[in-house]
Amino acid sequence: MAVEEYWAPTALPAALEHLSAGEVTILAGGTDLMPQSHAGRVTLKRGLLNLRRVPELHGIERDGAVVRVGALCTIGELMVDPLVRAHFGLLAEACDHFASDQLRNAATVGGNVCNASPAGDTLPPLLVLDAEAELASKPNGSVETRRVPLAEFFVGPGRTVRAPGELLTALWLPVPPAGFVGRFFKFGTRPALDIAAIAIAIGGVRAGRTLTAARVAYGAVAPVPMRARATERALEGTPLDAAAIARIAGVARDEVRPIDDVRASAWYRRELVFNMTKRMLDDVAQA
Amino acid sequence: MSLKREISFVLNGVRTRATVPVEMSALAMLREVVGLTGTKYACGEGECGACTVIVDGKSVCSCLMFAVDCEDRELTTIEGLVRDPLGEKLEQAFVECGAVQCGFCTPGMIVQAKNWLEAHPHASRAEIERGIEGNLCRCTGYVKIVDAIAAVAGREP
Repeated sequence: MAVEEYWAPTALPAALEHLSAGEVTILAGGTDLMPQSHAGRVTLKRGLLNLRRVPELHGIERDGAVVRVGALCTIGELMVDPLVRAHFGLLAEACDHFASDQLRNAATVGGNVCNASPAGDTLPPLLVLDAEAELASKPNGSVETRRVPLAEFFVGPGRTVRAPGELLTALWLPVPPAGFVGRFFKFGTRPALDIAAIAIAIGGVRAGRTLTAARVAYGAVAPVPMRARATERALEGTPLDAAAIARIAGVARDEVRPIDDVRASAWYRRELVFNMTKRMLDDVAQA
Repeated sequence: MSLKREISFVLNGVRTRATVPVEMSALAMLREVVGLTGTKYACGEGECGACTVIVDGKSVCSCLMFAVDCEDRELTTIEGLVRDPLGEKLEQAFVECGAVQCGFCTPGMIVQAKNWLEAHPHASRAEIERGIEGNLCRCTGYVKIVDAIAAVAGREP
């Protein structure tokens, strides 16, 4: 179908009205949409909705114990933002590993979330940081919003719980408590412009040689970026000596569900998950 | 028949109007509608940086940008660096260091280097390598390219 209408609204209610009309393709940074539509992997729908000029979708602001990150923030903006660097270091680190300067200047965090690639670079850190997705719609003439924990947001490769009439407007990130430590690791064949073979994010509050409120998330090892609940249970409150670390990494190796593809075999991904989880926990224990 | 839009933007300091199909990339608009062919088309998917332009002060791959999204924005292409002091220094340094082989990546390299050096004026060689990580040179002449950018950053080659 050819594009019949193009909109670049300058306020959220107008954007939501266009969206509720149905058969709309959402344009944010365009870094995935453009190559996918040119290659025929995505067909542009009847309406093309450019979100760039919607002010409600921009900005990173603290609201008490929570930080609101507008969905249209670019990866480059996140990477250098003082609030992000101060409280969400592992997210800034993931942004630093994201593609290249040119891509970081265009790609948006909302796009990374909504495209729901199992290998999306920002997704394991956002899961570990207990991010919530803010979804807005305008079903009956007024704007309605709901929040969904990111851990419940992804339902399959490229699929999320976002309804067609809903827009991801922001991510809400609770400011971690004092003593929080976070780590991020991405494995690819080269540092720049690479899609992760695996990615790992680990976070928790350190007390001596243990982590509490432990969070572990993996990318590119399952149909969705996943919270590793069994690994988290094994990690929670456990003194991190060498034997415990090896046992926890073993739980992680059994918990992930990788596939064979061009970037790595399932076997290799499991080995990476085991070895790198071990190395990251060693690092946390010695921090 | 695809939907077209007339847009207005500032291109290399000059207010410019163009009528573009809404699916068109900014790169295709520059080359085929406006007629500025210094910005190169190579991979078409953001992997190579040959199409790098500066939009509102940030370098982006023009092949990934929708032309309609240029509305009311400021674009700088390699042609716009002719009278730019930093652009001139980079051009001269690329010549002096022999940083041009086939030349196809050169416009993207220079536009990216200009934008990177504005943000990191005293970039080290390692920082320069990070800055151009999104630009591929198929002749693999990276050492001389980094030499040239480093010379402008005040670093010994």
